[in-house]
Amino acid sequence: MTDIAPPGSPAPAEDPRAPRPHLSRGHLLELLHQMLRIRRFEDRCAELYSYEKIRGFLHLYDGEEAVAVGAMRALAPEDAVVATYREHGHALARGVPMPAVMAEMYGKREGCSRGRGGSMHLFDRAHRFYGGNAIVGGGLPLAAGLALAHKMRGEPALVACFFGEGASAEGTFHESLNLAALWKLPVLFVCENNRYAMGTALRYEESEPQIARKAASYNLTAVTVDGMDVVAVEAAARDAATAIRHGDGPRFIEAETYRFRAHSMFDAQLYRDKEEVESWRAKGPIRRFRTWLEESGLLHPQDLAGIEAAIEAEIEEAVRFAEAGGWEPVGELERFVYSEGAAAS
Amino acid sequence: MSQPVETTYRECVKQAIREAMIRDQRVFLMGEDVGHYGGCYAVSKGLLAEFGEERIRDTPLSENAFTGIGIGAALGGLRPIVEIMTVNFSFLALDQIINNAATLLHMSGGAFNVPLVIRMATGAGRQLAAQHSHSMEGWYAHIPGLKVLTPATLEDARGMLWTALEDPDPVLIFEHVMLYNRSGTLAADAGPVDIAKAAVRREGSDVSLLTYGGALYKTLEAADKLAEEGIAAEVVDLRVLRPLDTATIVASVARTRRAVVIDEGWRSGGVSAEIAARIMEQAFWELDAPVERVCGLEVPIPYAAHLEQAALPQVEGIVAAARRSLGR
Repeated sequence: MTDIAPPGSPAPAEDPRAPRPHLSRGHLLELLHQMLRIRRFEDRCAELYSYEKIRGFLHLYDGEEAVAVGAMRALAPEDAVVATYREHGHALARGVPMPAVMAEMYGKREGCSRGRGGSMHLFDRAHRFYGGNAIVGGGLPLAAGLALAHKMRGEPALVACFFGEGASAEGTFHESLNLAALWKLPVLFVCENNRYAMGTALRYEESEPQIARKAASYNLTAVTVDGMDVVAVEAAARDAATAIRHGDGPRFIEAETYRFRAHSMFDAQLYRDKEEVESWRAKGPIRRFRTWLEESGLLHPQDLAGIEAAIEAEIEEAVRFAEAGGWEPVGELERFVYSEGAAAS
Repeated sequence: MSQPVETTYRECVKQAIREAMIRDQRVFLMGEDVGHYGGCYAVSKGLLAEFGEERIRDTPLSENAFTGIGIGAALGGLRPIVEIMTVNFSFLALDQIINNAATLLHMSGGAFNVPLVIRMATGAGRQLAAQHSHSMEGWYAHIPGLKVLTPATLEDARGMLWTALEDPDPVLIFEHVMLYNRSGTLAADAGPVDIAKAAVRREGSDVSLLTYGGALYKTLEAADKLAEEGIAAEVVDLRVLRPLDTATIVASVARTRRAVVIDEGWRSGGVSAEIAARIMEQAFWELDAPVERVCGLEVPIPYAAHLEQAALPQVEGIVAAARRSLGR
C-alpha cells in the first residue's frame, strides 16, 4: 500500500476502470463504509428473522464482505453481475437500493423481485444485477452467456460472476470456464472460497483443494487473493478487469475467506470448532481493516461515528419501507410466468 | 401467393434459420456439430460458410453450459437458437432450462425475460435405442414459463421459428426425427405462422383424432382407412403443447362427441393424460364414449426394428381405437 494519499486530501472522482485502486482516505473510508453497511444490514436481517419478519432461507455473508466490496469497485455501471444465494452483500455493494432489498426479504411487492424471489433471488435491472441463483454453479453459464452477448454486440462491458468453492465441484464450473476461455469471453470469475460447501469441508470434497489451480487448467489466468483484505481484493479485481477489458478473455480470482455464522439460519455447526471460527474472526475483514486504518491515522473516531450513523439511518429507512410495503395480491400471482405483451428486452 | 416449390422438412428448418439470421443480426445458432459438421441431422449444412463461426457456433459437449450461455446471451440482448442434438441430451441441460430459463422472469418479479429458442430432435423410428429416441416434449410441457412447439408440417417447420424468435420468453421446438426427410410442396414465400393454435388437418364428424408431431401422418393415414369404412374422422394437430389450445380440442370434440388421443410419448402422466383430463373437465357432457388413447408402450425405446415399431403408436392401433370409441 504505497500510493496512499494523505488524510484530508480531496477524493478524486473514482474511475472503476482504473487498473489500480487510488487509495485516498475517502476511498478507504468508503470501503469500510460498504463493508460495515453489509454487516449491519445482515445483523438486522438476522434479528428480523427471529421476529419472523423474514422467513425461508437466510444465508448471511458475515465475514466475506471484503470480497463483494473489493471486487465491485472494479465494475462500471454497464458491467453485469451474477451472484449466488448468499448475495445480499453483492446486491448492496453493487448499488441495489437497500429498501428494495429489505422489502424483498419481507416478501413485499415493493421488493426488488416483487416478493417472488426472497433472500436468495434478488434482481435489479437498473444495476444489471442478474440474481441471486440458488443452484450452486447455476450462474456460471449465465455469466458466460451475458459476456458472449457483450462480445458479439461489441460492447465493452464485462460480467462479474460470484460463486463459492462448492461450485467448483459442479459440471457448470468446468463447462463454463472451458467455454469462456475458449471463446475469450469478458468474464471476471470470483470464487469465494469460504472453505465449506454448506457443512462439508474442502478436504472432504476436492481432490485439488486449490481452486485457482483447477481454473488455470482451462488456460486462463487465475490468482489467489486474501479475501479478508478488501484492498487486496480490489487490487486483484482491478488488475483482472483491466485485462478483461483489454480483450484478453476471462480472469479468475480465488478469494480465500470465511463465513463466521451458520450456513443458513438453522445450522448447529457440528462440522467445525468454535476455535476455528474465533481464529478467523480475529482476522475478520472489517476488524482488520478498521484497525489498520486507525493505526495509520486514517480513521478518526468521528469518522466511524459518522459512518455508523449513516448506516443506521439507511437501515431504519429500509425497514420502515419494508414494513410499510404491501403484499402482492394473490390475483397477481400468475403474472410474469410469461411476458406481458411487451416487446422482448 | 407465389408458386409452390418442392421441398423437405429439413430444408424448411434450414431456410427458417437462414431467414432469421438474415433478418436479425442478433440471431445466432449454437450447438454441438452445427458448424463444421453441418448438423447431426444436416439441418445447418452450409450455414457456416454463409454466416461464419461467430454466428454458426460449434460448442463442446457441454449441454448444460451452452444452454445456460444461450440464456445469458438472451438476457444480454441477443436472440440465440440453441440446438440440442437429441432430446435425451437435453436432460444434461435440464438445470439451466428449468431452473433458469423457465423461472427467471417470475423469480425476478418481471425484471428479466429470456428470449431464447431451443431446438432439438425428438422421437423414435431410426433404431437409435433408448438414449436417442424418446419423446419428452410432453414432459417439458409440464413446466410453466416454457412454450413447447411440435411442428409436424412443412409450413410449421418453415414458419414457427421466426415467431418463436420474436417471442419474449423461452420457446422449445421439437423436430421429430422421422420428419426431416419428409417432402412436399410449400409456397415459395411461406412465412411466419402462429404458435398459439391447434389446427384441424382433416375435417370429420364422427370422431376426433388428437395428435401432434411425428404421429400426425400415421393419424392421417388412419383417418383414410376409417373413411373407407364410412367413418369420418377429424384430425387435430395440436402444434403447440404449451400453452395447449384447449378451445380447439373442445370444439372438435363437441362436434364429433368422441376423442382418441395419439401420442408417441408414454401414457402415464403424459400429453395424452393431460388432454383426456381437459376433455373430462370441459367437454364431459359432450361425450358419447370414453376418451381413447394410443400411446408409446411404457418401455425404453429398444433397438431392434420390430421391437421399436411395437413400442410406437401404429395406424392399426389408431383405427382400432377409433372403432372402439364408435362401439364398432
